[in-house]
Formats: sequence, structure tokens, C-alpha cells
Amino acid sequence: MTGISDFIIVFFVAVGAFFSVVTAIGLIRLPDIYSRTHAASKSATLGVMCILIGTLIFFFTEEGLFNSRVVLGIFFVLITAPVGGHLIARASYSSGVKLWEKSIQDDLANKEEYEEKNRKINAEKNQIKKEGS
Amino acid sequence: MLDIVVSISLVAVVLSMIGIVYRVIKGPTTPDRVIALDSLGIGLISVIGLISILMRTSVFLEVILLLGILAFIGTVAFSKYLEKGEIIQRDRDK
Repeated sequence: MTGISDFIIVFFVAVGAFFSVVTAIGLIRLPDIYSRTHAASKSATLGVMCILIGTLIFFFTEEGLFNSRVVLGIFFVLITAPVGGHLIARASYSSGVKLWEKSIQDDLANKEEYEEKNRKINAEKNQIKKEGS
Repeated sequence: MLDIVVSISLVAVVLSMIGIVYRVIKGPTTPDRVIALDSLGIGLISVIGLISILMRTSVFLEVILLLGILAFIGTVAFSKYLEKGEIIQRDRDK
């Protein structure tokens, strides 16, 4: 049976497979961990979501019911995969992984200095509060 | 047509997973390996979706949820370990 739904499923599955291949190329070819995080969180999420949407439509046409497990899987992947990418990038920065040598900007470079300044300001505020009371 | 395209996509996804395994083995630092393992888990999720289309059963779909949760928890635990050296925090001020 070849209906319109088959074409929709084929479209979503093909797009998902394409983005999975893009993820692998990005993970192999990109220069440092911070740019590899982009490949692993954005395109991998889009690829797996397209494939799962194809699966959802397939079971909708095959069995006539909306499979709640696939919907939960789609939402879970949508929420967790970018969060995981962000967490691991942050952890790698604070564990001292170097940036690529051609990177032009490092927004966290004077983080220590900034936190020290904030700590001093907070200490002064606390001091004033104690004296006032 | 559906079966042919799904089979080709399955082959493509598995080949991309093999490419990711290269990064897991070679990756110069530990976060590289962790993020490659995370994408490996996501690739496994899509493989299971494609296999359940090919075999026309919906019994494998619990595996999707389970793998998603396990990949996320693994990534979070590894990143906490790399950042602080401990996974379960007791003092919040440190």
C-alpha cells in the first residue's frame, strides 16, 4: 500500500538520516570540543527527532493509534540532548580544555577576576548590613 | 519504496555511528569522548526507530525512552565528575 503517508514517512526518515550523517561528519572534522558540541547537540537532535516523527506517523497509519511512547521519546530527546551538550561544554572549559588556536573570542577568559570582584562587593554589602543591625 | 528508503537510512545511520566510534577511540580529551558517546546513544535511538518501522512491530519502542534517559544521565554524571570530581554533591557552597 503506497499512500500519501508513505511519502511523508520517507521524507522524514531521509531528512533524519541526512542529519545523522552530518553529525558524524561534524564530530570527525571539527577542530575542538566547543565546536564539536554544536554538531553533537543541534544536528543530532534534529536528526533523531525527524526519524522519530517518521516512526510516529508510520505507527499512526499502520495501527491507527497515536503511540504515546514515541511522543514521550521525542519530547525527552528535545529537552535533554541540548542540555547535555551545554553541560559537557561547560565542564570541559572548567577542567581546562584549550580552545582551538584560531578561535577569536573567549568570553569566559576573565571569569576568575569577575567572580573575585563580585565576591568583594558581596562581602562589603554584608559588612554594611552587619554594622547597620 | 518505504522499505528501501528505510533500509538505506538504516545503513547511513549505522555508518555515521561507526564514524562517531572513531571519535570515541581517538578523541584527544575526555569531554570529546563523552560527547561522542552521547551522540552514539542518540544514534542508537534512531536505529531502533528505523528497525521498528522495518519489522512493523511497536514492541521496541520502550527501548527508545530507556536509551534516551540512560544517555542523558551518563552525560550529566560525566560532566559533574569532570567539573568537580564528585558526582553527588553534599556541600552546596563548594
